[in-house]
Formats: sequence, C-alpha cells, structure tokens
Amino acid sequence: MGTLNALVAVCLTYVAMLFLVAFFAERSAMRGRGGWLRSPLVYTLSLSIYCTGWTFYGAVGYAARSGLEYLTIYIGPSLVMVGWWWIVRKLVRIGRTQRITSVADLISSRFGKSTLLAVCVTILAVISATPYIALQLQSVTLSFAVFAEAGGGGQTIYTGESTALWVAMGLSLFTVVFGTRNLDANERHHGVVMAIAVEAVVKLFALLAVGAFVVWGVSGGVSETFTRIDASQLGQWQMNGGRWAGLIMLSAAAFLCLPRMFQVLVVENDDEEHLRTASWAFPLYVMLMSLFVVPVAVVGLDLLPEGSNPDLFVLTVPLDQGREGLAMLSFLGGFSSATSMVIVAAIALSTMVSNHIVMPIFLRMTGGGATVSGDVRHVVLLSRRVSIIAVVMLGYIYYRLTGGGEALAAIGLVSFAGVAQVLPAMLGGIFWRGATRLGAMAGLSVGFIIWLYTLFLPSFGPGLILPEFVLQQGAFGIDWLRPRALFGIEGLDPLVHALLWSMTLNTVAFFGVSVMTFPSPLERLQGAQFVNVFQHSGGPRSWSGGVAQSEDLMIMAQRILGPAEARALFRREATRQGLRGDLPEPSPDFLENLERELSGSVGGATAHAMVGQIVGGMSVSVEDLMAVADETAQMMEYSNRLEAQSRELTRTARQLREVNQKLTRLSVQKDAFLSQISHELRTPMTSIRAFSEILRDSDELSADELNKYASIIHDEALRLTRLLDDLLDLSVLENGQVSLNLREGQLSALLDRSAAAAAASDDGRALRLSRDPSKEALMLHTDLDRLSQVFINLIANARKYCDAPDPLLEIRVTDHGDLLWVDFIDNGSGISDDAQDVIFEKFARVGEPRVGGAGLGLAISRQIMQRLGGEITYLRGENGAAFRVSLPRPAMAAQ
Amino acid sequence: MAKKVLLIEDEPNIIEAISFILSRDGWQVDTHSNGHDAAEVVRSKVPDVLILDVMLPGRSGYDILRDLRSGGGTEALPILMLTARGQSKDREMAEKYGANRFMTKPFSNSEVLEAVRDLVNA
Amino acid sequence: MSTPHDNSEGPRPTVFVERQTYRMRRTMDAARLVPLLGLLLFAVPLLWPTDPENALSTSKTILYVFGVWLMLILVTIRLSWVLRSLPPSDKAPDRGGER
Repeated sequence: MGTLNALVAVCLTYVAMLFLVAFFAERSAMRGRGGWLRSPLVYTLSLSIYCTGWTFYGAVGYAARSGLEYLTIYIGPSLVMVGWWWIVRKLVRIGRTQRITSVADLISSRFGKSTLLAVCVTILAVISATPYIALQLQSVTLSFAVFAEAGGGGQTIYTGESTALWVAMGLSLFTVVFGTRNLDANERHHGVVMAIAVEAVVKLFALLAVGAFVVWGVSGGVSETFTRIDASQLGQWQMNGGRWAGLIMLSAAAFLCLPRMFQVLVVENDDEEHLRTASWAFPLYVMLMSLFVVPVAVVGLDLLPEGSNPDLFVLTVPLDQGREGLAMLSFLGGFSSATSMVIVAAIALSTMVSNHIVMPIFLRMTGGGATVSGDVRHVVLLSRRVSIIAVVMLGYIYYRLTGGGEALAAIGLVSFAGVAQVLPAMLGGIFWRGATRLGAMAGLSVGFIIWLYTLFLPSFGPGLILPEFVLQQGAFGIDWLRPRALFGIEGLDPLVHALLWSMTLNTVAFFGVSVMTFPSPLERLQGAQFVNVFQHSGGPRSWSGGVAQSEDLMIMAQRILGPAEARALFRREATRQGLRGDLPEPSPDFLENLERELSGSVGGATAHAMVGQIVGGMSVSVEDLMAVADETAQMMEYSNRLEAQSRELTRTARQLREVNQKLTRLSVQKDAFLSQISHELRTPMTSIRAFSEILRDSDELSADELNKYASIIHDEALRLTRLLDDLLDLSVLENGQVSLNLREGQLSALLDRSAAAAAASDDGRALRLSRDPSKEALMLHTDLDRLSQVFINLIANARKYCDAPDPLLEIRVTDHGDLLWVDFIDNGSGISDDAQDVIFEKFARVGEPRVGGAGLGLAISRQIMQRLGGEITYLRGENGAAFRVSLPRPAMAAQ
Repeated sequence: MAKKVLLIEDEPNIIEAISFILSRDGWQVDTHSNGHDAAEVVRSKVPDVLILDVMLPGRSGYDILRDLRSGGGTEALPILMLTARGQSKDREMAEKYGANRFMTKPFSNSEVLEAVRDLVNA
Repeated sequence: MSTPHDNSEGPRPTVFVERQTYRMRRTMDAARLVPLLGLLLFAVPLLWPTDPENALSTSKTILYVFGVWLMLILVTIRLSWVLRSLPPSDKAPDRGGER
C-alpha cells in the first residue's frame, strides 16, 4: 500500500515536473531564448516517442515469446535514419518549404491540395492510432496493477478503468495546454518537445538501469548472461524468415508514416542540420533501448513463476528482487513512454482532424468563408482542442470496449500495418512526378480495405466483428476471399500475409492508376515542387492578384494567425514589395506566402480554399500557367507560332511597303501628268490670250499683222482642241471604255487613206513613201478607223521628225501567218537609245524644236494596239526611226 | 538708249507675242529658244532684264537660273520666270533659286510689261 | 569518371571537380549506400538454419545483430561528420545526384 501511495506521489510529482519543463521551455522559446531547445540532441530525443509504452514493456514480452524478432521493430527505423539522405532529408525539406502540418497534409498537398485524400489519410490514421492509444493506456494501467498487487491489492480506486480514465484525462489536459498554445503547427511545440525529450531520457535510463541490474546484479556479468541466454528457451535462433524481413520493412514504413512520427520528424523539425545528428543518434538510442531486452526476458522467465505476464518483466523482475526503487524508475520509464506517445499522437491527429475534417466542414457550413464568419482562429483552436480530447477519449473507449488483454497486445503491429498503407503514396509522391491524385486514392483505398479485411477486423478475434464463417470460408463463401488466405494462398503468417497483399496491391493500384490517369495542373505543379524540392525551394505559384482585397486577406489572416502576427506578416510583405504602410499588393508572391503561412495553421487544402474564396476564384486556372511555364512542348509551339506570326508580319510589312512605294510612284506620275497637261493647255492659251489682247488694245495694226495674229489665235485654238481630243481619247482607251467598230477592209486601202490624211496636215515636210502593194493585198477584220489613227500618227511623226534631207518612209508589210507586221521605217537619224524607252509614255517628246502635238500620239497608238489585240514597238537596229505594228491573226480576215 | 530684254522661250507664238508687246513699249528684245547655251547667251548679251521660261528644250529654266545666280556677272540680273505648269512647287523653286519675279502662263500683256518695267527700275 | 583525354570542342562541365567537392559527392554516395548495406546485413539472418540441431545460439546472433547495428551507427557518425563541413550553399542541392 505504501508502495502504491509512493508510486502515486512520484507519478504526480513526475507529471508536475513535466508540466514545469514544458512551461519553461515554452516561455523561453517565446522570449527567443530557446536556443538550447533547438539542439540536435533534443530533436533526436523527441524522435524516441517511437519507443512507446508498448515497446518499453512489450519488447521484453515479445522477446520472451518470440526471441529476437522484437529487434525488427527497432531495426527498421534505424535503417531509415541511417539512410536519412534518401527519404527523411527530402521529407523534412518538403515539410519546411511547403509548411506541411501532418502526414495527411503532405499527401493532400502533393496531390493537388485534395481535401478528399486528406480526409482518407486522416481517417486511416485515426483508425490505426486509436487501438495504439488504447494500448498505451493499458500499459499504464497494467503497470499500476502490478504495484497494486505488490502492495496487497484490493484497492478499488486503482482499478484499470479508473486509472486509464485518469491517465487519459491528464494527458488530454497536458496536450491541450501545451499542444494548442500556438496555432501554427510549424511554430512547433517547444514545451511538448522538451517534455518528450526529458521523458526519452527517463525511459532510456530506466531501461538501462533495469538491464544493468539484470546483467550485473542478477546474472553476475556479461558472459554469465550469455550463458544464461543460450541455456534458456530462447537459446536458439528460431526465426520465421518472412516475419523477420516483413517486420523490418513494416517498422521502417510505419516510422515514416505514423502521424506522431511525422510530427516529430518533420513538423517539429527546427533545422535540417539536426538530421545529421539524429541519423546516428536515433539508431544508437533504439539500439540501447533494445540492448537488455533479451537478458531481462530470460531472467524474468527464469526467476518468475510460470504464467506471469512477460510484458511486465521490466517491472516485476526488480520487484521480485526487492528493488522497489528500481521498479519505480522502471515504472516511470514505462509511464514516460506511454504518455509521450499519447501526447504527440493526440497533437498530430488533432491537427489532421481539425485541418482536414472540421475546418472544411466549418467553412462549407459558414458558406461565405473566413471574411464573413466569426473568428476563425478561435474556431481552429477550439476544433483542435476538442479533437485532442476526442482522440484520447476514443483510445480510452476502445480500451474499455475491448477490455484490454492479449488481443490488444497484438494490435501494435496491426496498427503499424494500417498506417504503412500511406507509404506508397508518400514515397511515390516525393520521388515520382507521375504519381496522381487518383492513383494515390486508389492505392490508399485498396490498401486500406485489404488491411481492414485481412488484419484489422480479424484481429478482434473470430465472431466479434467478422463472423466465424467468413474467416473459415471467405466472404460470401468465396474461398479465395478468406481473410487469412487471400487468393487461396495458405500457410503464411497472418501479419506477413496481410502486409504482403495490402502493400503489393496498394502499390500496384497506386502505380497503375497513376500511369493511366492524367494529373490536374495543380497536381503537376505540386508534384514538381515536391519531387524537385532540392532544386527549387519555392512554393507553388497559383494565385493571381489584382482582385483580391488586401483588407479581406488581412481580416482573414488576423483570424487565423492572430492580430499581431498577421500584421507583422503583412507589414513584412509590404516592405518587401517596397510599399509603405501595412497592406501589401495582393501579388501572386504575397498570396503564395500568405497561403503557405495559413497552411501552417489550417493545412494546405483549407488555406488554399480560404485564399481562393477571397481572391474570388482568380486562381490562375493553373492550366494557363502550366501551358506556358511547365510544358516545354507548348512553349516551343508557342514560340513557333510567334515566329510564324512575326514572319507573317514581316511579309505584310514588306507588301505594305511595296504598295506604298507603288502609290508614291503613281502619285508622282499623276503629279507629273497633271503638270504636263497644265503645261500643254497653258501654252496655247498663253498665245491666244496675248494675241487677242494685242488685237484688242492696238489700233495701228497692219492688215498683214491682223491676219497673222488672227491665224495664230486660230491655230492655237485648234491645237487646244486637238489636245483635248487626244486626252479624251487616251482616257477612254485607258479606261477600256472604248467600243471597237469591227469592219472588213483592205490593208492597202487603209494605208492609202492614212497617208493622205497625214499629208493633209500642214506641219511637217514633204515625205516620200516607199510601199510594196503586192504585200499589202490583205483583208483585215478589225476597227479600221482606230488602226488608221495609229498609221496616221506614225506617218505624221515621220513627217515631223525625220531629219533626213530627203525624207523617205518605208512601209514594209510582213505576213507571218498568225501575225501581221506593218513596219514604218524612215531614213532619219532615229531615236536615241534612252529616248526609246519613253516614247510611248504620255507627253513624251523627242527632238526639238517641237512642232505641234502634245506628245500623246504614240501613247494613244499603244493603247489602241492593245485594244486591237496587237502591239506597237520600236524596232532597234534600223537606220532611221522604225516602228512595228503587229496585228494578231483574228484581225486578219479569212482569205 | 533702249533697255535690253532677253527672252528665252521655245514657243514661237509666245516669243512673237512678248517681242511685240515689249518692242512697242520701246524695249530692245533679243530672243533665244533653247536651253543648252542659254546661260552663255545671257552672259554675252548682258541684258537689262531676262525673261526665262521654265520648260526649255535642252536644259531646264531652273538649271539656267541657278547657273546665272552662281556667278559670271549675272548674280544681280533681274529675272522674270515664266512657267506653264502653274503649281506652287514651281513658284517655290523659282524663289529658292533667286528669280526676281514669277509668272504663270497665261498672263496678260500689261502684267508682263509692268513686271519688266519694275524689274529695271527697282 | 571520364577520361581526361576526351577533348571534345565547346564548353562542357568540368570533368574534375575540386578535390573537396569530389570528396563531398562521394560521401553523399556513401550516405546513400549505408542503408542498403544495412538492409543486406540484416537480411543475412534469413539464411541461418532454424532446425534445432544446427541453429545458432542466441548469444551469437545477438552479437551479430548488435555488431552490425553498431557498425552502421559508427559509419553514419563518420559520414555525418564529413557532411557537416558542407558549405551552406552547397548543402541543399547537389543536382547531379538528387534523384
């Protein structure tokens, strides 16, 4: 009785001490003096919550039953830590850069901030953690019972149920006080971690003390101990190979996936550097924890009566030897193991439950989101506190319902197998960019269902949840669905069997579905962020600013982070943006940072949703972002398109330039033309005006003069008329408005008429014509008047411009069958080479002085010939000026 | 002694008209009808006033004008430019190259007469 | 390692990194290898006979398992000691081997 009272006193003192440690640690951390709190040693010791009450007591029992198999539980995590460079380092980096709050948050964030996935992982974690918490309560209760028995028993106050209840309540209180002091999980629970570190030292010391006592105190030395071991029933290597390998794997997986381990390993990690120490210190710790397990088990089996519970050898051996103090220490060790596990598990699970189940539901129920509802900060805190109590109480209820005992002892590994189902999604998520949300869902679901069916439900024993016949014959009587022999493969150890199938099918489903499905843009972005966390440690970029109201964001952030921190954050951001005042622009950078800060408090998916509500769906539909940023192919395509567009532009610009040049040329030509017309009109008008004024103003003009001046006026008037006629003619021809008057006629007759008409004009000199009438006997079918106009012009030109002393014009006709040539060649000096190019242009005139004519004759002739389907060209290489008129066959009438 | 006017123009009827008007007013009128050697003719004849057409066979009136203004004793010679093209550009060109007066055909006889008188008296 | 007489034109990554960086890279390789080695050594007990006549005594197996354990711990201590001297900039990304 005295022992028991002393025990209770020690226990309470110990708990009070823990409260104090946590309190002071918390306080010095708040004052920024907590440097020593963030040492690698503390970090390593906090990892020791892996060694729970179950391992503290149970390891010995395990060894007593199954020999060295218990080592697998420690070897797995040791290997993980020794191989920290592979996985743990990456997890910690991801956790820090993405402000991950829990294992559920990790999976959810990785797979596109999926709330559904987070909920699944949370449920899985709660289901598998509840029995484990129950186990801790049981271990404390049992150890109490040991002392109660030793002290004479019969004390009703210390019955199992009440002990468990008291312990559960105490733990809830501690966790609520120190676990929800800071809302932001990433600000770390220094008090809790410190208390855990102290407990870690206590439990190691206790176990080492008991071990040392057993080895040197009871057995009398190391070699004697070995002899004793070899002589005992555990003296030979009796190992189920499948279990040995399977359990190493399982414990390694659980080490990474257990919510409480993730909490201390990743979330509470202050500095990546600490991993370096923990990489060897943690294996050392668990090695020491397991060092004396076998000796204690062997001695316990030797000394204690048959049938005593080997799980309690750590207590009962010292008690049996009358070492109550040692037993007390051992009890404290066990107590420490159990309580630290429950505390951290409660924190981790409550974070998950609160962030991934309560908050989303709350947000949905309040509809409008954080801006209109009440103080979210309080809601989050409250939900987390309630979650802590609920989680611990769930463990208690479970303990009460199952009644403890052997069934519970086996639940530890079952629980491990449950959380291990997260492993494929976790490792796939951080190492394989191809992992998709649906793949993770599929893997988790398959693994979870198989685990439930083959391990968890059968663990309650036949008939409790799964009916007897299902165990014997399989569900629905289908033989290959037997929970202990899926697909008809029998003879495997149930645990190994369940592990094999659940993990295999889990991985296959995860991989298969991932390969077959296409991830959403956000998933791909997050995937890249996670997998390549060492390349770029920036967060996902998914908000575009502009619409988001900084005030709203401020209000929301205040509610979650608390006013002081929110203001500090906003001011920091504003300063970073180079703004004065407290409100930064809602730039993508800022939103991203804010979201990350918030996710530390309420989880990635919730933070994303909250910011999303305020930003008003202005999420950069990440598709756009991805299309441009992530997909090199699309980048290439885009740039190619740009290139094509730019080529197109260049082409258009060139065309425009050409058109412009043409227009300019045309404009210049038009100016020149107008200027020419002006000149041609004004010149005769000048003469007319001058002479008419002379006639008007002068009285003493002679009759000759009068006659002469009147003739000049007359001639110039005629010249004007001709010019206007020509211009009209040309205009009509050029516009294609001319209607041809097609008739039949003899070429020779046409030439006769033309020569006569040309000769009738006054200007020019006498001109002899040289013709060959035999060749001219051709019938034409064309517009004879127009053709005659061309001939007249050519003959008149020869009259005007032929500078030979005896002007002679040869008209040479050549019939080429489909083409008729009529050449006009004079015996003058011809037209200079450079002038030949322009003679057919309007107002082009060659030679000087000018003799009448406006220089439109050849231009008109060319137009006419075009209308008639032929052409007029200048013949080079003749002696004089030579023009060729070509007529096409249709212009020649059938003979 | 009668003042000398040199008329450089290629249109015979216009030469006749201007010669008539000016000689009736007591001027001694010389004419020349192509652009090639116009500048030399001007320098050799040393007229009191020069009437210069723009559109000349052989050389543009502007060229001749520039030539005359560039030296050889004709820098200050009063020059009346005649053109039948009647665009503002022509007037600008004439002013730029230093013509004293500029007239667009058709002109009235009295205008020409007055212009020539002004140019000599100025 | 690449051979030094591979003188292809154009700029390319240096074949030989600084001695210290090289040492660091190899230490990282070793850090990656340790858990695999541990896995291998801890798998050895699977080969041990389990029939009662030839079975190993528990004391021997304890010595083996804890020996391996201790060896792993010592190797890891050594490696983490070397990795400590990573300059801060070099610490996070070692792009080449980060997979």
